[in-house]
Amino acid sequence: MDPARVIARLDVKGLNVVKGIHLEGLRIIGRPGDLARRYYVDGVDELLFMDVVASLYGRNSLLGVIEDAAKDVFVPLTVGGGIRTLDDIFAVLRAGADKVAINTEAITNPEILRTASRAFGSQCIVLSVEAKRREGGWWEALTDNGRQMTGRNVLDWVKEAEALGVGEVLITSVDQEGTRKGFDLALVKEVREKIKIPVIMGGGAGTAEDVTCLLRSEKADAICCASIFHYDICSIRELKNTLSNEGFEVRV
Amino acid sequence: MIAVIDYGRGNLFSLSQALQHLNTCYQVTNDPEDVARATQIILPGVGAFGDGMRELNRSGLVIPIQDAARRGVWILGICLGMQFLVDSSEEFGDHKGLGLIPGRTRKLSTNGFSRVPNVGWRWLHPKGNNFLSDLAPKTMAYFVHSFAVQTDFKESVLANIKFNDEDIPAVIRRDNVIGYQFHPEKSGPAGLELIQRFLRCSCEG
Repeated sequence: MDPARVIARLDVKGLNVVKGIHLEGLRIIGRPGDLARRYYVDGVDELLFMDVVASLYGRNSLLGVIEDAAKDVFVPLTVGGGIRTLDDIFAVLRAGADKVAINTEAITNPEILRTASRAFGSQCIVLSVEAKRREGGWWEALTDNGRQMTGRNVLDWVKEAEALGVGEVLITSVDQEGTRKGFDLALVKEVREKIKIPVIMGGGAGTAEDVTCLLRSEKADAICCASIFHYDICSIRELKNTLSNEGFEVRV
Repeated sequence: MIAVIDYGRGNLFSLSQALQHLNTCYQVTNDPEDVARATQIILPGVGAFGDGMRELNRSGLVIPIQDAARRGVWILGICLGMQFLVDSSEEFGDHKGLGLIPGRTRKLSTNGFSRVPNVGWRWLHPKGNNFLSDLAPKTMAYFVHSFAVQTDFKESVLANIKFNDEDIPAVIRRDNVIGYQFHPEKSGPAGLELIQRFLRCSCEG
């Protein structure tokens, strides 16, 4: 097993970090810079900023937020939401991001994954997938922060994206997202068995036990949480202590 | 003045912020004359080896960097920048490196749980007596790479990580030339400390 990689996800709308359930009904949590710094000091391994309204308005407004965070947060920063062109990626990287997460544009124009991976390196391009469980035992990839159906099977889609050159896949279970009822373990298992690149799993963590459960399944290369940190159910330090007591390696 | 080499690839913002945080005097540049005058050189890098070396060549930076190394100027290569320090790379073809430390790069082994690219935090295992020996035990650093340095010049490897049960060089050094495979500017307080140690080496000689 690799050391556990704990990522805090900050969904950003305008100037605020927000949190919903199933990606809807957003509540304001705080300022992105304040939360980023708090989580950094508390030992977070990575931060993910997601502009949750960007694809709706066709722009990414996170540049200022990233620049602010990158001043004194020295862990990797990933930025997603509204990334459409190589220029968008370049702008986000210049502002201090290390990776970009692409969902909506990749579905409509998969070639962007190939050109972006070539231009910036695979390590920089993360495919973001919003997965919705469907009857008959499959998952559909949604876009526009869970608003649009695509008809695409998540397992086929991640395979295609891997071939196009992305370096990691971030899976968000729309069914579990914000519910604090635990991860969709069947989903992450199927995805990780389908591809050979690292898989980040998110959506549903409500307790430290949910995270231990996911790690014990050995089907995720990294875990992504929001609610448990935002609502102080468990701080990053507490989570890492629990993981360490359970025998997992963590950065302290 | 520290020259931070900018050959048009990747995120120099974070490295700059880290250097500012450490109150150092630095200049982000692709001008061969700045490199020739620099007291220390930091060679960052992300992306592909061949593409990166091509950019270094195009900017006329290869010879100034090699000359500086010969004159005893301290050089730190980070991530892909560390891989540039060796003789060659097998990444998408065969490419020539700067040849400052004997070795070549090869693809990471995919034989095991850990996936390629190697993305995430790993324990550093320092070996021998050097500027890392007194590093806090269980120091971790952040890695993002698909290729690793391989060298027969064993004494140049100052620290390893374990990756799919193999030892992978995390820090290499020959005289005044040092390479960090991890991103110190993304490795939290421990990473800042590792940048500081390079700077201290270069002050103490």
